[in-house]
Amino acid sequence: MTEALVQIRNVVKHYTRGKQTVEVLHGITLDIPKGDFVALMGPSGSGKTTLLNLIGGLDQPTRGEILVDGKRIDRMGNTELARWRAGNVGFVFQFYNLLPVLTAERNVELPLLLTKMGGAERLKRANVALEIVGLKDRARHKPKELSGGQEQRVAIARALVSDPTLLVCDEPTGDLDRKTADEVLTLLQRLNREHGKTIVMVTHDPKAAEYAKHTVHLDKGTLADEPVH
Amino acid sequence: MKYFNLIWSSLFRKKTRTALTMLSIFSAFLLFGLLSAVNALFSSSGTGEVATTRLVVQARTSFTVSLPMSMLPEIEAIPGVKAVSWRQWFGAVYDDSPNNVFGFAVPPARWVAMFPEWVMPEDQQRAFANTRTGIVVGKLAAEKWGWKIGDKLPLSSNIFPQKNGSKDWQFDIVGIFDGADENYRRQTSNQIYVNFDYFDEANQFGAGRAGIFNVQVENANQMEVVAAAIDARFLNSANETKSQTESEFQLGFARQIGDIGLIVTAILSAVMFTILLLTANTMAQSVRERIPELAVLKTLGFSDTTVLLLVLGEALLLVGVAGLAGMGMAALAGPGLTAGMGFPPLPFDAVVWGRALITMAVMAIVVGLLPALRAQRLSIIDALAGR
Repeated sequence: MTEALVQIRNVVKHYTRGKQTVEVLHGITLDIPKGDFVALMGPSGSGKTTLLNLIGGLDQPTRGEILVDGKRIDRMGNTELARWRAGNVGFVFQFYNLLPVLTAERNVELPLLLTKMGGAERLKRANVALEIVGLKDRARHKPKELSGGQEQRVAIARALVSDPTLLVCDEPTGDLDRKTADEVLTLLQRLNREHGKTIVMVTHDPKAAEYAKHTVHLDKGTLADEPVH
Repeated sequence: MKYFNLIWSSLFRKKTRTALTMLSIFSAFLLFGLLSAVNALFSSSGTGEVATTRLVVQARTSFTVSLPMSMLPEIEAIPGVKAVSWRQWFGAVYDDSPNNVFGFAVPPARWVAMFPEWVMPEDQQRAFANTRTGIVVGKLAAEKWGWKIGDKLPLSSNIFPQKNGSKDWQFDIVGIFDGADENYRRQTSNQIYVNFDYFDEANQFGAGRAGIFNVQVENANQMEVVAAAIDARFLNSANETKSQTESEFQLGFARQIGDIGLIVTAILSAVMFTILLLTANTMAQSVRERIPELAVLKTLGFSDTTVLLLVLGEALLLVGVAGLAGMGMAALAGPGLTAGMGFPPLPFDAVVWGRALITMAVMAIVVGLLPALRAQRLSIIDALAGR
């Protein structure tokens, strides 16, 4: 059996909005093997983005345990968690979230600013990442000079550049047309197959989920079924 | 330094807004530089080491009222007085431009002995003493107007006509004096001294009178005692006196137009407060617009502290670049501005620059701190969700 990279045990998550407390996840238990490509699906409000945020270390569970590569990230403080994210997770968002004032290569370089790498080495690595996503010739372009698909590929290069084990993608094709979405999903699939990246992707789109190895359905904060293989 | 590109790029996210804010800060520090230098100029006069043992004796009513030379032996006789010189304001005008030179009539030998801050070769000192129509001019003034020893120097006096009624005087340049240090050298840009004997003989009225007496005291501890003794000596006479240190005299002279320090502080406080509000608003707006981008940085692993420092760095860069440009412009423009008014060049010394740098740092922290704290505390989840 393949070793689990992500282990989620009885995770409960509450949010407090004003005087109201809402329980979004009700005791989720899930293993994601190393090298897997998992699609998290479910209706709006089912808790899939909350679960993704917990897996990526952007948020902490109210109860339960989350281990990634053997580390209890649910016990980490803010600073430790930030350091962990920098070295272990790459993020891809629906709306790309590139910094508009920076060129593509400077955007991709951002995670490397947190390392001890020199400037020349950082830019070299950023260009390698851009080459992997097929955008080396757009290195000096700013986001507004790129198409949506190109922006998302720059975002993927940024997620890759520090060579993380885990990529978390929140609706990465939600803002793209079908053809471009397929190109981006093919790229993610290639990163999973050829580079061994473990990918967890939230999506509403069944066609997007077809690119994943497994699909996990959530409904009202619980797993709707066992992972579909 | 590895964050410089990120900070610099973020600063110019909205180019027009940043440029306008920078222009405001530039103008504020241009004013800061010029006014601080004016303040330093007035505060620094007469505070040199040699000046601490010199008194200025003027008429009690005003320094514009002359005193009779008959007072000289009486002042010299007062215990603690080492030497006495005197001067009369000449009201010099050169090249039809008022206030471009400060001219005094002085007794050459006494002037040379009492004011070691003015340095001049001995042969020129002798020539000044021995030439009735002699005039000595400051080094920077000579360089500015191309004066050389041996030149005839035509001057007008806006106070004293000659006995023939003409206010046009002609002198022979017999010496060029320098300052003993950089501060005094700056003051040679507009100072000239003519031989008192010739002036006193040739002028139509006011013969035998001095504008002020300069008194050298035996030692600095006796300044107050000697000043009190001189004033007591002439109390209830037709020529009551007011004796004070040179620095007090200079400050009193400057205060004819008000308390320079207070005026400068008031103006700068108003300007800086306005700029502070403007810049703080710009910074707050800029950070508010970038909340999702700052959340992305945190997502990528930038710690809360790093994000705080990035925003503070941005404030420092904004204020620093514009402030230094303003100060630089003030340092370049300052000398030209004061030359036309007959003052020495404005002193842009370490004190003026130091105050400016401290003001910039404080301003950057004040305008950057609240937005930086907001950035530090923002929740990634809420910010990415647009809450």
